[in-house]
Amino acid sequence: MALSIVDSCVNCWACYDVCPSEAIYESKPHFKINARKCTECEGDYDQPQCASICPIEEAILDASGAPMNALGTLTGIPPEKMAEAMREIQSR
Amino acid sequence: MELNVIGQDDHQDTGSSCSSGSCGSSNDQMGHLPQEIKDKVKNHPCYSEEAHHYFARMHVAVAPACNIQCHYCNRKYDCSNESRPGVVSELLTPEEAVMKTKAVAANIPQMTVLGIAGPGDPLANPERTFSTFRMLSEQAPDIKLCVSTNGLALPDAVEELSKHNIDHVTITINTVDPEIGAKIYPWIYWNNKRIHGVKGAKILIQQQQKGLEMLVAKGILVKVNSVMIPGVNDEHLKEVSRIVKSKGAFLHNVMPLISEAEHGTFYGVMGQRGPEPEELQDLQDACAGDMNMMRHCRQCRADAVGLLGEDRGEEFTMDKIAAMDIDYDAAMKKRAVIHQGILEELDEKEAKRARLASASVPAAAKPDTRPVLMAVATSGGGLINQHFGHATEFLVYEVSPNGVRFISHRKVDQYCIGGDTCGEKESALSGSIRALKGCEAVLCSKIGYEPWSLLEDAGIQPNGEHAMEPIEEAILAVYEEMRVDGRLDATPAHVAELAKA
Ligand code: SF4
Ligand code: SF4
Repeated sequence: MALSIVDSCVNCWACYDVCPSEAIYESKPHFKINARKCTECEGDYDQPQCASICPIEEAILDASGAPMNALGTLTGIPPEKMAEAMREIQSR
Repeated sequence: MELNVIGQDDHQDTGSSCSSGSCGSSNDQMGHLPQEIKDKVKNHPCYSEEAHHYFARMHVAVAPACNIQCHYCNRKYDCSNESRPGVVSELLTPEEAVMKTKAVAANIPQMTVLGIAGPGDPLANPERTFSTFRMLSEQAPDIKLCVSTNGLALPDAVEELSKHNIDHVTITINTVDPEIGAKIYPWIYWNNKRIHGVKGAKILIQQQQKGLEMLVAKGILVKVNSVMIPGVNDEHLKEVSRIVKSKGAFLHNVMPLISEAEHGTFYGVMGQRGPEPEELQDLQDACAGDMNMMRHCRQCRADAVGLLGEDRGEEFTMDKIAAMDIDYDAAMKKRAVIHQGILEELDEKEAKRARLASASVPAAAKPDTRPVLMAVATSGGGLINQHFGHATEFLVYEVSPNGVRFISHRKVDQYCIGGDTCGEKESALSGSIRALKGCEAVLCSKIGYEPWSLLEDAGIQPNGEHAMEPIEEAILAVYEEMRVDGRLDATPAHVAELAKA
């Protein structure tokens, strides 16, 4: 079982520093998790550390591919509000 | 009429504009500080309004990770505690950062300060931050080091900071109240957990205050930055100012929230506005009663290079640096001579001010004219030496019979990015004019015909007659002209309106 990092990652290094298993590595275009090394932090911490510090919603997925941090849960911006703002900016 | 630039001894006769006796003038900001602290900050461009015209600073972006989320920050960009939102800095390894610092210091000898401010939180990246400092202390001992932090990891870093001879730390403290904190910080990462809301804010506040106390106990200078968020912490910042001063912070810097929907921050998207220049100034004045305020902070980006307000980062990208051949020992000798020259110039200016102050007219004999705001276009050196049309920011000063005091810098671009603060397609020119709201004159080296008449229409007198003159003397001269012409008798409508609002 392992977590994974996807495109929305902004390469901030935060997860790399806190992983107890040294499972995270720098890569282009974004950081990645070595699935063989990732323990989901079991035995070390209650919560996966990478997903507890990552500031970007939907950047880290669980083993089933679902986002660990859903849209709106980290920034507090309701997703529909964000979508509306984006539409507004694009229409300028 | 003899007008003096406000000196250290005329705290008693403050004019109506000045709510408190300790409202520092630009030069007097450090007036109350013990001599050893004054000496420490004398050539620090971020701390001394005077020094920032002469000395340069640079930031290196070695600290990408962060341990909290702020509502004015979008982590796709740099941290906006210390940087402008919407900006991505060039991330460097500690080794690259050291190379870059030495290259800049050799090429810009006025560079005295190296700061680490992001793009995340420097102390959430202790290894990257401290190895940069360690190498620089060894290889470039003539450069001062400073670091900015949100404070969460500060108590654990104090011991290490004191070892590396880092004598300036900036803590961003936006509140001392966890309820308010929850409206600014949605979560923190603490003891291996993400902690949301009031609980997280409370821990952050405790760590900030503890860190502040520990630094002061170690004799390390602490500056406090606060972001003014109208309706969230604006009134509260007066209390913050009082508390951080009582704990020994030597300077408090209130910065405006910069918030636009396109930055993608919580505040930007949710429509939280930033303060108007005059609201910021009022709060800074109110806080000044408790504390020396810093008014010239530029909120520069995490990889800024140069004098405050300028950014020469483009000249020092890693590939350009790799091509440079730097002999740092030789550069250090040249730097020492140049620094000495600047310090002598600053000492001379100070002595002149002291002479003027001691010769100044007693309060009763001073004309009782009203204070006036004037803006200046400058590219450094304490002179009026910039073309109106080239100015990306203006320095705003208040002049009254008590002298000249620096109030703030106003960025031009900040007011013309569209949205609801200005018309859809506002030109840079009307942006400049908007930035000068409340001012009655603008001093620059040159100005074109079109802006001249538009400024006049807006009630702002353009003035190109003092090109290359020292800022404060020129402002006093213009004030005196206004007095003689009777323009100080009545407050113009556009200024009176602002005062009412
Ligand atoms: S879940 Fe834990 S072990 Fe796996 S990558 Fe994240 S921090 Fe490392
Ligand atoms: S913490 Fe998130 S955004 Fe930062 S590097 Fe890791 S996955 Fe990417």
